[in-house]
Amino acid sequence: MSEALLQARGLSITFGGLKAVQDVSFDVLPRTLTALVGPNGAGKTTLFALLSGFLKPGAGTVQYLGRDITGMAPQKSARLGLTRTFQIVQPFGAQTVRENIAVGAHLHEPDRRRALQAAEAVAQRVNLQDNLDKPAADLTVGGRKRLELARALAAQPRLLLLDEVLAGLNPSEIDEMIPVIRGIVDDGVTVLMIEHVMRAVMSLAEHVWVLAQGRLIAGGTPRDVTSDPTVIEAYLGHGTAERLKQGGAR
Amino acid sequence: MRDVRSILLFGVLVAGAAALLQSGVALTFIMMSLYAVLLAQSWNILGGYGGQLSFGHALFFGVGAYAQAIAQLTWGWNPWLALPFAIAVGVAVGLIVGALTFRSGLRGSYFALVTLAFAEVFRIVAVSVPFTGGGVGLMVPLHASVANLQFGSRRGYVFLLLGFVLAALVFTAWLRHSRFGAYLQAVRDNENAARAIGVDPVRIKLGAIAWSAAFMAAAGACYVQMFQYIDSGIAFGSTISVEALVGVIVGGAGTLWGPVLGAAVLYGLGEATRNMFGEVPGISMVIYGAVLVLIVMFMPRGLTGAGLSVRRMLKGAQPQSAQQPPAQQQDDRKEEARV
Amino acid sequence: MFDPAILFTALLNGLTTGAVYALIALGLTLIYGVLHIINFAHGAALMVALYAVYLLHERLGIDPYVALPFVMAGMFAFGYLLQRSVINRAGHGKDENILLVTLGISIVLENLALVLFHSDTRNIDTPYALATVQIGPAMLALPKLIAFGGALVVAALLFAIMRFTDLGRAIRAVAREKHGAKLMGIDVDKVYAMSFGIGMACVGAAACFLLPAYYVNPQVGGGFVLIAFTIVVLGGMGSFAGALLGGLLIGVVESLGGLWFGDSLGQMGVFAIFIVVLLVRPQGLFGARV
Repeated sequence: MSEALLQARGLSITFGGLKAVQDVSFDVLPRTLTALVGPNGAGKTTLFALLSGFLKPGAGTVQYLGRDITGMAPQKSARLGLTRTFQIVQPFGAQTVRENIAVGAHLHEPDRRRALQAAEAVAQRVNLQDNLDKPAADLTVGGRKRLELARALAAQPRLLLLDEVLAGLNPSEIDEMIPVIRGIVDDGVTVLMIEHVMRAVMSLAEHVWVLAQGRLIAGGTPRDVTSDPTVIEAYLGHGTAERLKQGGAR
Repeated sequence: MRDVRSILLFGVLVAGAAALLQSGVALTFIMMSLYAVLLAQSWNILGGYGGQLSFGHALFFGVGAYAQAIAQLTWGWNPWLALPFAIAVGVAVGLIVGALTFRSGLRGSYFALVTLAFAEVFRIVAVSVPFTGGGVGLMVPLHASVANLQFGSRRGYVFLLLGFVLAALVFTAWLRHSRFGAYLQAVRDNENAARAIGVDPVRIKLGAIAWSAAFMAAAGACYVQMFQYIDSGIAFGSTISVEALVGVIVGGAGTLWGPVLGAAVLYGLGEATRNMFGEVPGISMVIYGAVLVLIVMFMPRGLTGAGLSVRRMLKGAQPQSAQQPPAQQQDDRKEEARV
Repeated sequence: MFDPAILFTALLNGLTTGAVYALIALGLTLIYGVLHIINFAHGAALMVALYAVYLLHERLGIDPYVALPFVMAGMFAFGYLLQRSVINRAGHGKDENILLVTLGISIVLENLALVLFHSDTRNIDTPYALATVQIGPAMLALPKLIAFGGALVVAALLFAIMRFTDLGRAIRAVAREKHGAKLMGIDVDKVYAMSFGIGMACVGAAACFLLPAYYVNPQVGGGFVLIAFTIVVLGGMGSFAGALLGGLLIGVVESLGGLWFGDSLGQMGVFAIFIVVLLVRPQGLFGARV
């Protein structure tokens, strides 16, 4: 069994009275693409914040590359190769696409000119090469999502946390992005992605974790998980799995 | 690099004008304009490129000025020696204030307020303690000689200030083409996104405030040399803080030439006002305030047009806390009113 | 220095000054709570109101307390118009430019006053200015006592408006959830302007209570701005109770500080508190957790 790249053990966090994440434990194996799904409000983005150091857990640990990084500042874990994107995109609006991506490239490239060149190369991978000199604020939603991805890629991550990178994209944009994400994993990057777009999950993910009300309720291949009655109930409500089964039997 | 060429051109033009012009009035105009430009450039580093709006920037000006005066008067230092010392003191104060405020995550309006509070505290202290001359201030004896960093004619001061202005221009150009500058602007535009890709916001902001304070302290030291006098009202008062800020907003924050243009225009406007209405105290500040309001209302990107919209700088109206549901972190409006 | 009578007097003085501070801070916290802007022009507005009270007394012989409703109405109108025509426009739909605009307004107001009135400090003479009241071992100037009572009355009035009137409900709705309020048919722009106006009216009232025992010059605004912010930050942005308690507390701190360390260092104590609160507990005592 290969050593897990990322290990979460017993992660929990509470806001006021709300238990946003409860006792979550899972592994992410290297060079895999894992999806994290669940109904809205399940705590997925909160979990990402815990993994990437934007929030400190009330309990539990996060191990990355065998090292305890629980609560480590995001910029530090980024230098170790853990980067994330945001559900609501956060471009550097006043700067151009090239400059945006270059900030990511600078993590490993102190020279400005080389960072800008690296930015061009990364832009190619996400099909933004025609927009390099556009201010980020002028991009469409799809463009900004790709920019978000490109910027994280430029930082040469080993583990990339993608938070709904396909949300807000139209079907043809999604079709374009799926192979790009596949390509990232083929290049050796481990990806953990929060996603609602089910066909992307089905076609991309090797393993799926399901989060509902802060707890991990299922894990397995995409097929396993989508036929799991507990998962169906989490999305569609109590008793639905039973009803579906009965409806199918008629 | 295009930037370097235009900076050189600017330097040659101004130096040439200073060397050739004979009129005291013209030389004074250039000297005071350069002084205003230096103030603006300093503020631009932290406020324009760093996005941290300081309302009490006079703090660094004042410590530089007092350091310059005290070193000469109390320790008998040569002013050329006092100058780097004054700058160092400015940097030290900048780092201390920065460490206190940035570590606590103070941003936006709160940062502006705290800088104002610091300036006020220093002003009150300076007016109360003897070694700053208390309410009377400090007077450096007039002794014009190059060795004493005092010049018989304005021309000498023009060159002194021009040196600093060019240095600030070069530094600003470096910001535009370096990793540090890229990181600084990333922190300004979106601190969380910057953190996610490896930028340490506190370190970057500390660097910015240190450089900004350095140039501001240099301006303060030059002031002492030019006018041989400093008191707490001038050193830490709101006039300097406002001048530094308005020039940048008017010209265009976060640009290379915006502060130069803005400060020069403002100074010219102030001069014109003084010519029209005489030395009525407060009249030029009325103009400054009105211009600020009008620019923010109608030309938020400043005269250069390429200047950052002021609003982009003022992200994050409240201090950041780590412990918060992520959805709220992305919303600037965090507080509920308890009315 | 630790003579109980002197201490007690300083305490009472601090409370009476603090009540007026609280009134000023109430206006500031209301404006922040509703419009979510930090009104940098608050101190300058107080200065304007003080000059108004001064002129009403010197030119028209109107007593400050008699002038109270007029000054409040005038300041309300001033605030309403200022918000509607300048501040709202500068927002460009967002409230992020406001800090600079309010700074600009404060600069204009302060220096306009400097141009018109010069830097002379002025005060007024009223027949009761020298009257004192005995409270226990302390002798309190009558105007200060009136200020204390008056400030509390106005604060209570403000609270009543917020709680029991339609306007108050609309204001609270906008403060809490602007978009929802708009969907309910509330004219948000008007509420903004009204709130700003009310904030200014508080400042107007404070000026009426302040002038008989105090003075006016173009620079007073600056001093009050930081004190008002200290109170609001200490009490919690948007919190009424915080502004009231914070005001009284700061008044006492300033008074006792002045007693032990001298006036200017006493003021510095206030600013030191400001900085410390911002660094350590920026949400203040009653503010929502930031």
